[in-house]
Amino acid sequence: MRAVKIKKENLFDFLEAIKPFGDLWGPVKSGDGYVLEKVTDYSNIEMSALRTRIPFKKLLFPPKFTMFKFDEKGIRSSDEELPRQVIFGLHPCDLHALLIMDNFHSLHYVDPYYRERRERTAVIGLSCFPDDRCFCKATNTHYTEKGFDLFLTDLGDFYILWIGSSLGDDMVRECPELVDEEVTHDDLEKYIAWRKKRESNFKLKLDFTGMPSIMELSYDSPLWDELGEKCLSCGACTIVCPTCPCFNVIDEVDIGGGTGERTRRWDSCMFREYSMVAGGHNFREARSERLKLRFTHKLQAFVGAFGEAACVGCGRCIGACPVDIDIQTVAQNLKGEEVKA
Amino acid sequence: MKAETQLQNPYEPEPMRLIRRYPLNEDVHFFQVRAVDMEKALSLNYLPGQFMMISINGIGEAPFSISSTPSRPGLLEFGIRKVGNMTNRIFQLKENGIFGVRGPYGNGFPIEKIKGNDLVIIMGGLGAVPLRSLLLYALDNRDQFGKIYLLHGARTPDEMLFRNEFFNMMKRDDLFCHLTVDQDDTGQWPFETGVVTRLFGKLAHIDPKNTYFAVCGPPVMYKFVVAEILKLNVPKHQILMTLERRMKCGVGKCGHCIIGGYIYTCLEGPVFSYWDVLHMKGLI
Repeated sequence: MRAVKIKKENLFDFLEAIKPFGDLWGPVKSGDGYVLEKVTDYSNIEMSALRTRIPFKKLLFPPKFTMFKFDEKGIRSSDEELPRQVIFGLHPCDLHALLIMDNFHSLHYVDPYYRERRERTAVIGLSCFPDDRCFCKATNTHYTEKGFDLFLTDLGDFYILWIGSSLGDDMVRECPELVDEEVTHDDLEKYIAWRKKRESNFKLKLDFTGMPSIMELSYDSPLWDELGEKCLSCGACTIVCPTCPCFNVIDEVDIGGGTGERTRRWDSCMFREYSMVAGGHNFREARSERLKLRFTHKLQAFVGAFGEAACVGCGRCIGACPVDIDIQTVAQNLKGEEVKA
Repeated sequence: MKAETQLQNPYEPEPMRLIRRYPLNEDVHFFQVRAVDMEKALSLNYLPGQFMMISINGIGEAPFSISSTPSRPGLLEFGIRKVGNMTNRIFQLKENGIFGVRGPYGNGFPIEKIKGNDLVIIMGGLGAVPLRSLLLYALDNRDQFGKIYLLHGARTPDEMLFRNEFFNMMKRDDLFCHLTVDQDDTGQWPFETGVVTRLFGKLAHIDPKNTYFAVCGPPVMYKFVVAEILKLNVPKHQILMTLERRMKCGVGKCGHCIIGGYIYTCLEGPVFSYWDVLHMKGLI
């Protein structure tokens, strides 16, 4: 990693200069929130946006896409060239989620659809100030030195521009005149002061230490039944979660019958059919069982071999759940802490 | 296949030809298939206990245990019960019909550990399908195993899968083969009657420390069978069972087969030891 500086007034010129690296996606305002959208007018980018409703995952494994087409003769791989893309404005929580997703999609078997999109993607991270839903400090994902090609730390009238990969270096080399190679001792002091200020701004105090062992011991807790009574099985929590990659595979047949395509779509472990096998036996018939599955995955361990929890503290599920079952309320309940409604 | 060496798209099925099929009982049919590409057919390697994803374009995919043994290369065999959309379509396939298969997936039985030990195979109902692979493998490599026992239970004589095959095995002197049915209305059944645990008397002289057990059957069977095995003082990690889950990918991505929050059945299973299973939540 290497650090340079870029003046704020140069940012739009910089984004213009890196156009050859792909379509720019960034956070823009939508209703009372933000969405990750393709941006052509840079002034639409919301630099202070914290979380987009749907995270970056939609650009790496879209909600629905074609795996391959088939006809009477057999299957045909797609020969469609995917566009290059630059995702702008990912904060440390999402960058941690991206690292988890990169790892997940190459563990044991490489997922070719993910890899294809990932290899065409450049990532520009952006520093942030926490709001009352951010708990990345509790999940220890509030800083990152990995997962980005470039990362901007906002220090007032300029950014520190961290170069995290060879691809990031290529981007900077498109416009060397826009960056300042010299990072001074004064800048370092500003950076340290910024960190202190940011650290003191976390309002949501959660303690996630010992969560895996608490999950293990709470497996039969009556809490799950109470939460199961409330849960609507809507799946909103899984849609907004940056580390929820589960999918369903559905064949679509064209009218006439002979041709069609195999599609992959986001699925949710909150849905009733998720664990149902042929013949109708359902390994997770009760909503409480499905909730337990999701939170074990997030708070205890992701994939066995991974050995780490998958929650990055982005706070999306806190806003998304219509009945306030989220990572915060579940963790607090399990630890017997007071939960504010 | 490991991620580092993977070249092909693991989600694209290989065209296979249905060689022959016949009923094993009223709902379960035997399907013998071969990769259309002869080179691929002969090079396909797998372990007893592994499974494959069968694909029917326009319907989808589902996991099926392999019933054949890798010691007889070239042909793959499955025993499939007609139970839903996918299997209904598989049952419509005729000889020489082409469909897709990909895999093998899953861990399979730990053959290398079992070798040199005695082996007791206990199957009930459809559990005969995956365990037939292990049984045939052991019989084809007879010198590498100690004593081999087969305890097979079915509800009725008509429902017993691979009936004739097992009847013939009764004549072998290198296998202790014991068959039972819960109920025999025909009055013609020449062997035992009663549930499969009734056959445990045949195991009185086994050496528990040097014996592996492989169990597969309906959920209700496990409880009673495992209790009997434990009475014989068999170490828990030597009791092997193979589990069923919903699967959409077979390669550890889609999430449907997760047990207990983080165990992907398709990667770490479907064969688990009783020791592994004891610590799993939400098993049955």
